[in-house]
Amino acid sequence: MRLRVDPTSPEPIFEQLVFRVKEAIAQGSLVGGDRLPSVRELARDASINPNTVARAYEALEAEGVIVRRQGSGCFVTEKGSSLATNERKRRLDALVQRLVTEGFHLGFGARELRDALAERLSATPLPPRRDS
Amino acid sequence: MSSPIRFDDVHRRFGAREVLRGLSFRVEPGEVYALLGRNGAGKTTAMRILLGFLAPMQGKSELLGSDSRALTPELRARVGLVSEGHSLYGWMSVDDVLAFEAGTRRRFDLAKARAMRERLALDPGAKVAALSRGQRAQLALLAAACGDPEVLVLDDPAMGLDPVVRRELLGVMIDLLADTGTSVLFSTHILSDVERIADRVGILHEGRLIVDATLDDLKRRVEVRFVRGGTASELERVVPRCLRAAPRAGGHDLFLADVADDTRRALASLAATERHGAVPSLEDLFVELTADDRSPAPETAEVTR
Repeated sequence: MRLRVDPTSPEPIFEQLVFRVKEAIAQGSLVGGDRLPSVRELARDASINPNTVARAYEALEAEGVIVRRQGSGCFVTEKGSSLATNERKRRLDALVQRLVTEGFHLGFGARELRDALAERLSATPLPPRRDS
Repeated sequence: MSSPIRFDDVHRRFGAREVLRGLSFRVEPGEVYALLGRNGAGKTTAMRILLGFLAPMQGKSELLGSDSRALTPELRARVGLVSEGHSLYGWMSVDDVLAFEAGTRRRFDLAKARAMRERLALDPGAKVAALSRGQRAQLALLAAACGDPEVLVLDDPAMGLDPVVRRELLGVMIDLLADTGTSVLFSTHILSDVERIADRVGILHEGRLIVDATLDDLKRRVEVRFVRGGTASELERVVPRCLRAAPRAGGHDLFLADVADDTRRALASLAATERHGAVPSLEDLFVELTADDRSPAPETAEVTR
């Protein structure tokens, strides 16, 4: 697995890394129990500061996306987000609001937005989640 | 642990030329600090003052908690230095250099140095004089890095190197950071490297830091607005937190850090507008913030001696 980042993007590298890992899990290329590259391996591979990688891993750990096992590295968790249900719903709602707003300004209506989401979900089905 | 590198209101003049005019910043433990500035901005002077090779005329700098003017050999042994000239003897072979370092520096890890030499494919028998510029830079960084430094000072290590060699050099630095959490102060004008490796960025201009921020903050905090008319110096005076007003057709682009209410009020009274696609890259920022359209400075080389 290769995690690509763009250092020239206005989005901070550590946020890009967080998203890349989440994306790899959502697309099924990383599954529960998989080991992530070590901080050093990933820093070397992507030519970025190991401090940045460590920070991204801490953020992913805080969200319950990965878990750190002393001495053996970071692993994708089986369960997914450890956030409270209310908070997860609130975040999902904010994302949907953003999709609707930006979609509207790109000139798409309700049906087109619904179709686009359905199409995306059928093109790249989400991997199964164990219920939390 | 206190900041391993500190500059506190450092001033330095060479004859009539004021090179540093109140330079203040810190590098925290494990932090990678990129010091940016145009040629002659004072980067090398700052590093020489930090290392005690040059005295400030006012203010002071500290390295590992000690005044730079009173560094002991023990303290110096905890610091790695790579300077622009890569001060290596031409008649030595690659392995001579490593043996020399191992013999003169107690903390030098010869086994690690040889392993790194192997990975960088440096010929152990090759004379320094016969190495390419990039290989000399690699050897100098390797020599500095394997002394187990708590602080690494790199004065434009990538100067004149091609992208492939720079990437290798970056790799050496990344390994070192991952292994030891060394604090690094480096100067460069290769901004793509800065974007990969720096935690914090200082932009030195006219003897002072005009920016001292984490790279992430810099990306998030700096905004650009357009104002019709005006003069640069007047706009910079009346708009709070304006880093710089850069002339554009019909007016000025204002580079703003941490826009707050007072800034917003000033912008509203000037009828400032959003600028399309106005997320400046580090390169845009650097070029705009250090441009010399008001007080042209002579294009001299950095004064170091």
